[in-house]
Amino acid sequence: MAEPLNVLADLVRGKLAQELISAEVKAGELTIVVSRPAIAKVLKTLRDDADFRFSVLIDICGVDWPEREQRFDVVYHLLSLTQNQRIRVKVMTDEDTPVPSVTGVFSSAGWYEREAWDLYGIVFSDHPDLRRILTDYGFEGHPLRKDFPLTGFVEVRYDEEQKRVVYEKVKLTQDYRSFDFLSPWEGMTPLLPGDEKATKDKVTAADAPKKPAETKA
Amino acid sequence: MTEVAPQIKNLSLNFGPQHPSAHGVLRLVLEMDGEVIERADPHIGLLHRGTEKLIEYKTYLQALPYFDRLDYVSPMNQEHAYVLAIERLLGVKAPPRAQAIRVLYDEITRVLNHLLNIPAFAMDVGAMTPMLWAFEEREKLMNFYERASGARMHACYYRAGGVHQDLPAGLTDDIIAWTETFPKIVDDMEGLLTDNRIFRQRTVDIGKVSAEDAQDWGFSGPMLRASGVAWDLRKAQPYSGYEQYDFDIPVGKNGDCFDRYLVRMEEMRQSLKIIRQAIAKMPAGPVMVEDNKIAPPKRAEMKRSMEALIHHFKLYTEGYHVAAGEAYAAVEAPKGEFGVYLVADGTNRPYRCKIRAPGFAFLQASEFMCKGHMLADVVAIIGSMDIVFGEVDR
Repeated sequence: MAEPLNVLADLVRGKLAQELISAEVKAGELTIVVSRPAIAKVLKTLRDDADFRFSVLIDICGVDWPEREQRFDVVYHLLSLTQNQRIRVKVMTDEDTPVPSVTGVFSSAGWYEREAWDLYGIVFSDHPDLRRILTDYGFEGHPLRKDFPLTGFVEVRYDEEQKRVVYEKVKLTQDYRSFDFLSPWEGMTPLLPGDEKATKDKVTAADAPKKPAETKA
Repeated sequence: MTEVAPQIKNLSLNFGPQHPSAHGVLRLVLEMDGEVIERADPHIGLLHRGTEKLIEYKTYLQALPYFDRLDYVSPMNQEHAYVLAIERLLGVKAPPRAQAIRVLYDEITRVLNHLLNIPAFAMDVGAMTPMLWAFEEREKLMNFYERASGARMHACYYRAGGVHQDLPAGLTDDIIAWTETFPKIVDDMEGLLTDNRIFRQRTVDIGKVSAEDAQDWGFSGPMLRASGVAWDLRKAQPYSGYEQYDFDIPVGKNGDCFDRYLVRMEEMRQSLKIIRQAIAKMPAGPVMVEDNKIAPPKRAEMKRSMEALIHHFKLYTEGYHVAAGEAYAAVEAPKGEFGVYLVADGTNRPYRCKIRAPGFAFLQASEFMCKGHMLADVVAIIGSMDIVFGEVDR
């Protein structure tokens, strides 16, 4: 599995040298990061070049990393039916910078980009129809951003008096419970918080018995 | 007086969201010239529940039941994609018996799904009886679900590293007995539909998609195969030991609604073949990895061992931590390629879990497929797509 992927990675490095930022094979999957303005050209090459033939655009999705300056990853998954390979292409962007739309390359990109716009607020330039897709009509905000609360801002109910659905601010009868799982008890990280005290204590322990002995004498 | 030329205006028609042949909550805004579709704008999201957001706030185990509720007619296949993604990140592999059980239940689920889709499609174009017959069979299959997992539909049975529990005694014999009787039902259904004049008139040459267009629109599964592309993830990128089984991939010729129906019919027969093989070949052994950092300890062990008790407590409060990384795992779900793109940040909760639903791509192409057809054909096309809104809207 790994070897044909390395061959593919080298081919990508050769043919997309200008656009490529990094290419990495990890755990049986090839991920390449390319520069944002070149994304449409990269996907076109990946689709049309006889060595790649990535003819199916499986998915486009956003990932939010709020602490980064360019907070969004836009992740494209491609599949080649003839080569039986998959590739993951990533570009980075922030809240304002548009990503060139790839609807001209793959027809299926239209809704995936609408979804990324709806859920993350990633702007796609030259998209023919960049409307919201999954959220409610008239929804505000981008719900999958990390700074959007899980409970949202508005809730709906049917109002018997007004005979229509009304929107109200979310009222929680109980505070949202968020547990801190990053406790010192977990077993997977090799270095536990507080471990450094173990060595400190040893030094003081060596000194400690002397003093009471001195006072007794 | 001068004669006023008659004004011709396109008609806008709101199809759904409560139309019975919209297969759920699809609102389709159709622009029509007479009875011919000029534009179709599907409005989706009426069943949006924010699954992906919710998963980010749950531990890996707690997120599993959401996958049953995406495409609620093929729950176990979707659990499969999710657990494969976690297993890839954790670097574990399910033991052979667990893999065989997964294959067995994946195929039962495939039959379960097609048994809903085919008769629902037939009912959309006017045939009532297949629905009644298929639901009787579905009931039997859901009993198999219940005997393995405890739930008829929302099974929550697969786990990262295996399946939750072993099959109860006698279940495989009953499944084998069912595979003996089921082909007759398929034949009967085929007798009602395949050569039925009305069914053919409603489906042949309707919603034709060429192989190039199917790839361009991101089709997968029976939709892609009906267009003549022999592509099946079970053969091309086998997972959970699918390479050991002998089965064929039915491929269509014309890419119309009728071919999609034929492909699904044949897939049910092939699934029966796999079910029989999976039971015949099922190895003995554990159904879960024996790493107590991922799999819970045995109940009896917990009564005696302090260590086991701690492991159990930690697993069901905090869950396991998954090392930082990303993985995309896809399975051949009954509807097509169902994929899970998981980004882990080293904590016990997924950082991002993108669900790639096959139906989303199909529905997107509905304008392309419906254009130039009559209104009644829209119903046939949507029926042949096998849309379930749980997965489209997430």
